[in-house]
Amino acid sequence: MKLLKLAYRNIVANPLNLILSIILFGLGIGLINFLILFNNQLKDKFEKNLADIDLVIGAKGSPLQMILSSMYHIDSPTGNITIGEAKAFLNPRHPLIKAVVPLSLGDSYKSYRIVGTTDSMLSFYNTSVIEGNLWHSDFEVAIGRAVADDTGLTIGDTFHSSHGFTDDEDFAHDDSSFKVVGILSATGSVIDQLILTNPSTVWNVHDHAHESDIKKEEEPHNHEESETDENHEGHNHEDHNHEGHEHSKSHIENNQPYAHTIEDLLKYPEKDITTLLIKYKSKTNFQALNMPRAINENTDMQTASPAIEINRLYAMIGIGRQMIQWLAILIALISAISIFIMLFKSMKERKYELALIRVLGGSRTSIFALIILEGIILTLIGFLVGFLLSHLGMELLSNSLKSAYKYAFSGFAFMKEELLLLGVSLFIGVLAAFIPAWQAARTDINETLSEKG
Amino acid sequence: MLTTQSLKFKYPEGDAFEFPDIYCPAQEKLLILGSSGVGKSTLLHLLGGLINTPTGSVLIDDQDMMQMSNAKLDKFRGENIGIVFQKNHFIRSISVLENLLIAQFFAGQKEDESKCKKILDRLNILDKQGKAIKTLSEGEKQRVAIARAVVNAPKVILADEPTSALDDNNCSEVISLLEEHAHTAKAALVIVTHDSRLKEIISNQIVLTSPIFEK
Repeated sequence: MKLLKLAYRNIVANPLNLILSIILFGLGIGLINFLILFNNQLKDKFEKNLADIDLVIGAKGSPLQMILSSMYHIDSPTGNITIGEAKAFLNPRHPLIKAVVPLSLGDSYKSYRIVGTTDSMLSFYNTSVIEGNLWHSDFEVAIGRAVADDTGLTIGDTFHSSHGFTDDEDFAHDDSSFKVVGILSATGSVIDQLILTNPSTVWNVHDHAHESDIKKEEEPHNHEESETDENHEGHNHEDHNHEGHEHSKSHIENNQPYAHTIEDLLKYPEKDITTLLIKYKSKTNFQALNMPRAINENTDMQTASPAIEINRLYAMIGIGRQMIQWLAILIALISAISIFIMLFKSMKERKYELALIRVLGGSRTSIFALIILEGIILTLIGFLVGFLLSHLGMELLSNSLKSAYKYAFSGFAFMKEELLLLGVSLFIGVLAAFIPAWQAARTDINETLSEKG
Repeated sequence: MLTTQSLKFKYPEGDAFEFPDIYCPAQEKLLILGSSGVGKSTLLHLLGGLINTPTGSVLIDDQDMMQMSNAKLDKFRGENIGIVFQKNHFIRSISVLENLLIAQFFAGQKEDESKCKKILDRLNILDKQGKAIKTLSEGEKQRVAIARAVVNAPKVILADEPTSALDDNNCSEVISLLEEHAHTAKAALVIVTHDSRLKEIISNQIVLTSPIFEK
């Protein structure tokens, strides 16, 4: 215990060296730990949101985009498909499909996406209504936990949605108001960030919307060129325009389509949905493995496997991550060398002190342990600095990461890999101190004391 | 009680020394005189157990340090020998009082703060207890070194040229402090020096002559 105290005092007696070593080591460890935290939380998020879904079917386009938009809700959809096209996969008696959930996207509230779906969506993401009820009629919604916490919406509140996925009042649908009827339990997955309703709500809000859009378009100064197009999800929006035009008369006469279950959906083969999330009965069934190719080749729809697309995404971002990782390792290595040099130099400067410890009765082992302890203390402080920096950085970045990834990152999530990093740090301390400690321990005290310093 | 018998030491590079037998009982004083190069420092290091590869023996209370293993010798030295060097070294990162406490720690004794303070008080440097070593004057450092040499109540106190850098006043003061504290600690006091002023103070003397060269 006393040796530890002496080691500590020796370290703090040299503040310049201490600060230099700690900044270097702390920076290296901080960067590595930040990567660990970020990576783990991202992976965790990706894996949680896979929700055991085997296949996504949607409009042709980029498969990755389709996965990101309909499973992670961070990109625009590739477009819409009609229920007629997707009919076969909605059939509950489909021999290969265990469960299917249709998604209709297009609107948002304060950048939280409104998703028209069926109640099976809840079981896909292992959530349930903990307050209020599920939606029963159009414009009733159940909101995810994060939506409730962030927007302050509670049961009975109403709100207006915006067209597209950005929070922009220009695209507000003024005439349709949503009513919160339920709040879902927290899951840590993407469903916490969603506003769920039935599929026909999405149709009906869009039909309303297109009327007002058309009105806007009649006034030239409200027309906002390409930006408007982008926010309106490109060509799919044009499809809507045609439809909206045709159907607007019918729903004004209070004859609007209503769909709550999959059976309801099948009554409107001309209506749109965005994607289908599918779980197979058997993941290894030969026919199931062939189904995606058949769909891609023979229909206007495409399929994508979430696991494959996410692995592709990982591979793409992996290169950048690896470079940062190597940089961090380099910094840690340089700092280990600087700790070694610092200890070696201070050991040489203190050779009389170390000889004196022997004169006072300290053994070679005590000398060795003293210098090793100094190395460990340096790297321990460095680790703590890096640990704090990385968690602080994560917490500070969590807000911007949250809007980018639709996932709550946290600076207060601790990983078991961090324990490993602590072990590695202390090992580096021992390693850097080993040669100075060994040198100091074997130094002959008689010779040292005979030198007239 | 300190005794040596037919002590010889040869450096690997060549210098070889043969020392006369020494005997110094507890609470007695012995002056070892000699000019430079006759092996004064070598003898002090032998007596202090800092070298343990000679022929012959160095006994403290009938225990031969030359026969001890390294680990045992380290422990024995800490418990039984206090050394005041010509140029005193301290652990710079800690205070005066802590330098005494760490001496107790390395000697494997219980750390006794009040005992350390009592010794500092007797040496008139109690007010320096919390100070860093580098803030002390040379005379104060000498006193701290004496305090550290006696703090573990050793059986032998060795002093290497304790007065060579001091004027007459300080010289006699340091010697009387050493004598006083060695006496209180019931230790044998051995002073190795070429300072002829000490001849009049300590009567029990051994004079080292030229070394014997054996190639």
